[in-house]
Amino acid sequence: MSGNGLVQLTAKDFKSDQEVRWCPGCGDYAILAGVQSFLPELGVPRENLVFVSGIGCAARFPYYMETYGMHSIHGRAPAIATGLATARPDLSVWVVTGDGDALSIGGNHLIHALRRNVDITILLFNNRIYGLTKGQYSPTSELGKVTKSTPLGSVDQPFHPLSIAIGAEATFVARAIDTDKQGSLEVLRAAAQHRGAAFVEVLQNCNIYNDGAFDTVREEKDNRLYLRAGEEVRWGDKGVRMRPDGTLEIVDASVGGLLRHDPLRDDPGLAFALARLTWESAGAVPLGVFRSVSRPVYEDLVHEQVRTSVEQRGEGDLATLLHGADTWSIS
Amino acid sequence: MATKKVEQLEQVIIRFAGDSGDGMQLTGDRFTSETATLGNDLATFPDFPAEIRAPAGSLPGVSGFQVHFADHDILTAGDRPDVLVAMNPAALKTNLGDLPKGATIIVNTDAFGDRTLKKAGYEESPLADGSLDDYHLHEVALTSMTVGALKGIEGITPREAERSKNFFALGLMSWLYHRPVEGTIAFIERKFAKRPEIVEANTRAFRAGWNYGETSEDFAISYEVAPAPLAPGTYRQITGNTALSYGLIAASKLSGLPLFLGAYPITPASSILEELAGRKEFGVVTFQAEDEIAAVGAAVGASFGGALGVTASAGPGVVLKAETVGLAIALELPLLILDIQRAGPSTGMPTKPEQADLLMVLFGRNGESPVPVVAASSPSQCFEAAIEAARIALKYRTPVYLLSDAYLANGSEPWLIPDVADLPDISTGFAEPGNGPFDPFRRDPDTLARPWAIPGTPGLEHRIGGLEKADVTGAISYDPDNHDLMVRLRARKVAGIATDIPELELDDPDGDAELLVIGWGSTYGPIAAGVRRVRKRGLRVARAHLHHLNPFPSNTGEVLRRYPKVLVPEMNLGQLALLLRAEFLVDAVSYTRVRGRPLGAAELEEAITTMVEGT
Repeated sequence: MSGNGLVQLTAKDFKSDQEVRWCPGCGDYAILAGVQSFLPELGVPRENLVFVSGIGCAARFPYYMETYGMHSIHGRAPAIATGLATARPDLSVWVVTGDGDALSIGGNHLIHALRRNVDITILLFNNRIYGLTKGQYSPTSELGKVTKSTPLGSVDQPFHPLSIAIGAEATFVARAIDTDKQGSLEVLRAAAQHRGAAFVEVLQNCNIYNDGAFDTVREEKDNRLYLRAGEEVRWGDKGVRMRPDGTLEIVDASVGGLLRHDPLRDDPGLAFALARLTWESAGAVPLGVFRSVSRPVYEDLVHEQVRTSVEQRGEGDLATLLHGADTWSIS
Repeated sequence: MATKKVEQLEQVIIRFAGDSGDGMQLTGDRFTSETATLGNDLATFPDFPAEIRAPAGSLPGVSGFQVHFADHDILTAGDRPDVLVAMNPAALKTNLGDLPKGATIIVNTDAFGDRTLKKAGYEESPLADGSLDDYHLHEVALTSMTVGALKGIEGITPREAERSKNFFALGLMSWLYHRPVEGTIAFIERKFAKRPEIVEANTRAFRAGWNYGETSEDFAISYEVAPAPLAPGTYRQITGNTALSYGLIAASKLSGLPLFLGAYPITPASSILEELAGRKEFGVVTFQAEDEIAAVGAAVGASFGGALGVTASAGPGVVLKAETVGLAIALELPLLILDIQRAGPSTGMPTKPEQADLLMVLFGRNGESPVPVVAASSPSQCFEAAIEAARIALKYRTPVYLLSDAYLANGSEPWLIPDVADLPDISTGFAEPGNGPFDPFRRDPDTLARPWAIPGTPGLEHRIGGLEKADVTGAISYDPDNHDLMVRLRARKVAGIATDIPELELDDPDGDAELLVIGWGSTYGPIAAGVRRVRKRGLRVARAHLHHLNPFPSNTGEVLRRYPKVLVPEMNLGQLALLLRAEFLVDAVSYTRVRGRPLGAAELEEAITTMVEGT
């Protein structure tokens, strides 16, 4: 017991009695452990936490959490979470999804939840493959990717999850790596504290069907570009500078004039430009909070309208409603 | 001037028809309100194209509004109009076939120019070629008289002046049938309050129409239809979608749960979303979703959170919701899915009624996925149907389909407003914190419903999902026998509702009828009217109408087997008949018409007669 009379929860309190059934070595284990160890510091009572998921490996997540949870249907978690969060603004609602779930079958719901700024936290585990269906290419798989459903290589241009989120008017956009405990914790903390829709891409290794997809940054830690508010955007001896035309260039950090990161900037251009930096284009992968701006929260506005209507018209009276304006009587 | 002759009529069917932009729905609606105030029984059938403004003067652009009113209780909007008000040649052409010989036709002669005639496909003017000799034709220069009456009003364009012609027509019809005018004048003042010059124009046009009737020698007789001896009480006029919306608000009050509607705009269901969006003082939350799937998904999410989750759509939207409804079946959470049926398949005829979604809502999902189905039978009955559907959903923790259709949605009738105190208590409890582990699938032994444990309740944290669950604990289970058990439990739960719904009401005055006519949904009025007609001719015919399609009322089989002949009229190709034959092994015979229009009393009279007299 802590001094305030509340039970001090630990990571263990968030583990359900269900056996975790991901493949041994899956990146999901680290994410699950990370979330379970972070939640005690969030201070939200367990009963007020809800994890909603769709379909896919990532979507099994709620079963392993000793909170309220719903494992729903493919792609629809953001819609279900929107209904839940709107009906119950008192809850802390989380969506756990994958690259196929969120960006393929559920792409529509994802972008609309983001633009509405529903107060939910979306964790997208991106492993660039369909795992649960055993190895078909996903909407984030790279061009030329050979999978069971692309024996001659994928000809589909992949999505960049963060670009989509920023384009969909997301107010909070961040990225973490499954095994990067400290980086993930910082991102989770910021995401959980954000009011409105928070979008977090977690680079997650599928060791069965797409092993090593993120090795360039997951294993080669020197290629991690941690974005920190107010600090120069740099890693190792390299840095990012903005050209006069607004595009970004990679320079030797010693030349100076490096870009300073500002996630609070209302204009999404900078966050978008940073989100376009990839290992292929820049030799590094930006991590951390790209964008964190404040905008009215959907359910606040919804309930504000309800309150205003009650104030202006009085609480609805059923008999008055049924009678309407024009009645006549027969005796 | 000699006083004009007044005749008494028992009933009249009037159809207002014109271009989509002519304001026929408004005109019909106002005439109906006047008629309601007078105390006639009435039924209406607005019939309009899906296109907002089809090319002016074209046949597909014709919009119609039929109102049937009488000094006695009536059951339908009527088969064949006694009076047609045709605002242009296209309106005349598309509606003439529905008129009996001797019907009255009032045409706007100003709209019968060469160009408009040609657009309607007339080589010669039907007003001049003798083709209307079998009808009472009144040729009225509606547009020019309207424009003339509006001379001197400042601030209106010539086009706006012309547009007042529907109020001229309304005035004329109001005079012809002795309708009270005060309501319409007040309506005009309310509706156009922001533009006083339009109030002036429409009021003047309305009065000019009335005065024209009074003075023109063309109209020698006017008509009265006495009030109908309806049951005592306070009445209002109501459409099906309004009644459904009010039913949902009532269900929210009666259950003590906030109403959450997730919807995507679709004809003919959109007016439910619009109505509820304007009723936030009842704590109603409306969510216009990005698509039909999100609409029902959000409703499921809200329901998980302890709200009364509802989604409203029409066939093309409902079919998209199927997977989510399956999820709600697996989760065993309350959910209402309103299907305002329209003619299909695919986009079909969006504004036209049909009842061909019955088998879809019953069977259109993967796996064994039983779901209760309630169907409304008249515009005002939609109110209690909504409460009944909500009652079942909440008590049994199940999605429930509520079927209406485009005829009920837009059609209206007088409604004896119920006393709120007489409405049923449909409240249901949430699971409360207990001792020991919580079993989310431990069922109530009577209803087989599982506990509804909402987030925010300490100690009841649990996970549910679409994967098969172990009986009682709700943990994921692939156990073969458990799956068999769960499939049967879900089926038994829904089947068991049969003991909790009213028995099928049988209307068989003599108790010795040879033929039973049984239907469901909006065919209630036409079937009852058809049966009334054959009984007048001495035929002994029984009638029953199903409001619950799954499960059927417990006495359904017994009722069916009592009659050697069973006739099932439907606006589909025999969907209920198929179910009755399969479930009860009776030789039910279908009468089917799928024209995107309500069935007619006359055709049913004929079908019933043929079957009674047939060998």
